[in-house]
Amino acid sequence: MTSLSAEASAAAAAAPGGGLVEVEHLKRVFDVSKPWIARLLEHEPRRQLKAVDGLDFKIHRGETLGIVGESGSGKSTLARMVVGLLKPSDGRVLIEGIDMAATSDPAARRDVRRRMQMIFQDPYASLNPRWRVGDIIAEPIHAFGLGAAGPNGEAKKPPKGAVAARAGELLRLVGLDPADARKYPHEFSGGQRQRIAIARALASNPDFIVCDEPTSALDVSIQAQILNLMRDLQEKLGLTYLLITHNLAVVRHMATRVGVMYLGRLVEIAPTAELFAKPRHPYTRMLLDAVPDLAMSGRARTPVGGEVPNPIDPPPGCPFHPRCPKAIARCRTEVPQFADDVACHLAHDDPNWLAREGDPARG
Amino acid sequence: MTAPLLSVKDLRVEFAMRRGPLTALDGISFDLAPGEILGVVGESGAGKSLTGLAIIGLLDPPGRIAGGEIRLNGERIDNLPPEAMRKIRGRRIGMIFQDPLTSLNPLLRIGDQLVETILTHTSLTPRQARDRAIALLTEVGIPAPERRIDGYPHEFSGGMRQRVVIALALCAEPALVIADEPTTALDVSVQAQIIAVLKRLAREHDAAVILITHDMGVIAETADRVAVMYAGRIAEVGRVGEVVRDPLHPYAKGLMAAIPTLEGRASRLAQIPGAMPRLSAIPPGCAFNPRCPNVFDRCRIERPPSLAVGTRRAACWLYDRGEVPSPLKEAVS
Amino acid sequence: MSEIAAELPKPEAKSGSFFERLKDSDLLASFLSSKVTVLAGALTLIFFLAALLAPLIAPTNPFDPASNFLIDSLNPPRFVAGGDARFLLGTDDQGRDLWSAILYGLRVSLLIGVFGVLLGGAIGITLGLIAGYAGGRIDSIIMRIADVQLTFPAILIALLVDGVVQALLKGQNREETAFGILVVSIGLSFWVQYARTVRGSTLVEKNRDYVAAARLIGLSPARILARHILPNVMGPVLVIATINLALAIITEATLSFLGVGLPPTQPSLGTLIRIGQNFLFSGEWWIVTFPSITLAALVLAVNLLGDWLRDALNPRLK
Repeated sequence: MTSLSAEASAAAAAAPGGGLVEVEHLKRVFDVSKPWIARLLEHEPRRQLKAVDGLDFKIHRGETLGIVGESGSGKSTLARMVVGLLKPSDGRVLIEGIDMAATSDPAARRDVRRRMQMIFQDPYASLNPRWRVGDIIAEPIHAFGLGAAGPNGEAKKPPKGAVAARAGELLRLVGLDPADARKYPHEFSGGQRQRIAIARALASNPDFIVCDEPTSALDVSIQAQILNLMRDLQEKLGLTYLLITHNLAVVRHMATRVGVMYLGRLVEIAPTAELFAKPRHPYTRMLLDAVPDLAMSGRARTPVGGEVPNPIDPPPGCPFHPRCPKAIARCRTEVPQFADDVACHLAHDDPNWLAREGDPARG
Repeated sequence: MTAPLLSVKDLRVEFAMRRGPLTALDGISFDLAPGEILGVVGESGAGKSLTGLAIIGLLDPPGRIAGGEIRLNGERIDNLPPEAMRKIRGRRIGMIFQDPLTSLNPLLRIGDQLVETILTHTSLTPRQARDRAIALLTEVGIPAPERRIDGYPHEFSGGMRQRVVIALALCAEPALVIADEPTTALDVSVQAQIIAVLKRLAREHDAAVILITHDMGVIAETADRVAVMYAGRIAEVGRVGEVVRDPLHPYAKGLMAAIPTLEGRASRLAQIPGAMPRLSAIPPGCAFNPRCPNVFDRCRIERPPSLAVGTRRAACWLYDRGEVPSPLKEAVS
Repeated sequence: MSEIAAELPKPEAKSGSFFERLKDSDLLASFLSSKVTVLAGALTLIFFLAALLAPLIAPTNPFDPASNFLIDSLNPPRFVAGGDARFLLGTDDQGRDLWSAILYGLRVSLLIGVFGVLLGGAIGITLGLIAGYAGGRIDSIIMRIADVQLTFPAILIALLVDGVVQALLKGQNREETAFGILVVSIGLSFWVQYARTVRGSTLVEKNRDYVAAARLIGLSPARILARHILPNVMGPVLVIATINLALAIITEATLSFLGVGLPPTQPSLGTLIRIGQNFLFSGEWWIVTFPSITLAALVLAVNLLGDWLRDALNPRLK
């Protein structure tokens, strides 16, 4: 184990209620103004894109939190902030109580980095085409030193044979042959590359993996293989997942809890079965209705109107109100607070609205 | 039985590669009735897009049609010279591509693009063409069409653009529309809208549709019949309800079982081992045989033709006698 | 359309080790298919070998004053009336065997050209990587410097560098410093093209997921640039380097011709041409002719090779 600094261990000890990952008031704003000369000449103000606008949630150890959303929801931005690739504009991300952006202690930062990893969407872009597969998988091992540390907290150089052996072990774990370590990424199919990406993610023995649309670029039959693999690994290694996707069926299958995002806000979060059976936010309901029905049960579908508005210029009040079939006057002016796991005036005032609708939701 | 609108028999498409010709489509056969929606579904590499391109004559070299025939209303269209094919394109066959961003010319107003197509293929005056364009925009659900007809593509959202593309495909009143992944680049909530628009317009304009997609859910909602493709061949074709609920071909069975549903958190998704073979490495006999849970010797040697099973057809030796045999083994979990 | 791309037979391998790619590639086939290119390649190879083996091939060492006898000066080539059998292509005004002088001059020209390109490449690639990856102000500064530099013709820069160094060294032995000055001048003149191209490729690559994966494990930017991005942006660099080589050789020849290049005691091809020019109208035509033909042939061959390389690599760069 690495030696944590006093500051880090104090923070870890203080972490309340078991949240492996805690996200507090997370915001991320992008400046999309035109260059200053254009603004000067055209008298235009600065323009901001609120990609993520105040997110609060916890991820507990061992669970899979699914975040669903469409384009403009901010879910990819969220993924990158959680994992440290993007700095939040406001708020913080705590991994086991430690805020990586605020800690200056390199040993603590390295320790946090070691614990989390990411699987990317595009299996063709997430592996360096000029590197051999074995080197790709071994890179985190070299960076984090197989868990051992030198006197200053930097990674102790592991013996060469040990690294190769571990890489081979990881390949076997994801269903590939250790001899594949000599090959280059282009020699593998999309599904196999995603397995390699998973092997790389496991190389540093992480506790927590952020999966950003891990199967969106894969065919259905390959998707099934990868999802099964991910669940097997979760069981075997005690992993915690944050699963970002737009595919509701995938999230239904994989997640224990689901959060729904719309225009940078979390509108609802609930255990999976509950969310799908009794969605409390009209947007969630609309999403569920929009999924094409493979079972062909011939259910009546509420026609859906409109599209996700431009995130640079969101509607006032509740961002969903222009498309919401249940919008009231308040929705146009007041932004609903996220309380009781949902951000909707209707849900706050009238928790049983869905039951009264009469349309049986899915079980 | 009315004569089919489109009849594809034994279509073969080859690519001339440095190492020799590569067969990308190997004996595709299907019929399309007027006004029918046929789904062509398959995973990447199966050849579904190529089928669409071959029919509309947009195969770029080194690809070429190497065999078989394509008949539209009884006349052959696969061997026409480029000039003649150009006349057919747009007037009798319309096409919708996947990416609405690149299907529309960003420098032209959408009204101009619509009017241009209408004028090319009909004998209306420019005034009439513009009216017709506005009418079409109303049909596909663009609000305030008289104003928006003069807009540029970048002023429309993704879903709106795709509606314009649908209008464009239908403006010359083609009898056949080929839609290649029309909803893949769109958000889920918009997909449903676009599917509804496509379906409604096809019925109203009496156009048959070949709907190419990898999304089985879209097919289940939209199509009348479906053809499941695998490695450049058709594995199964039949009425959508039958194929989706009770697939015959082991690949189709495996595919349906692998799709996660909204119903529940199953312990595992059924998965098909291995992956679709590269076109340069298709095994002898049935292309699916290395992955098939029901494989037997004949499958490895002889390629199964499309065998009739009731109203459906399946390219599988299990149905040699034209009936479903006793319980099939499930795909390996 | 991406569906179609997925379904078409995949193009030849674009990754893997250099030799693997080369062997199995369209590149080799494309090279062999064009007679002009094969000829250009062969010619370039011959020139390089001749330069490399000059001490072994040349009958005399023209740089060694002891082996030149003024009495032998201005002899016409062997095959012309009045020629001396010892001198294949005649001699120049110093009594140097022209054939040997050309071989040694070729050597010097190529050496300076290659080192100049290497220096320019090193500066350009480094600055391009930094500008592309860092973005923002650093990028702007580097690119503005590049823009400014482009307004100066290469010869002017070379003259400038030469003048500055001469002033600093205050007339020190020109022979020793000339080589270095020329390499530095050429390097400084040509780095911009590398920088621009590499910056463009870096801008693309830095947003790709494999770079994100490397940042995720906490690698330093320098490490990411060197180990991850550099291998992926080298493709266009090769093309630029080849075409630049021809340009570098010409630049050196021009400088020597103008008198600010190599000294007459260590003549490059350019120097020889300059010397020969003085004798052209007095009848000693061979001193300017043979070096000129050699220079022209060399530059043409390298240019053709570069042209082919650029076209052959182009679709694969997309």
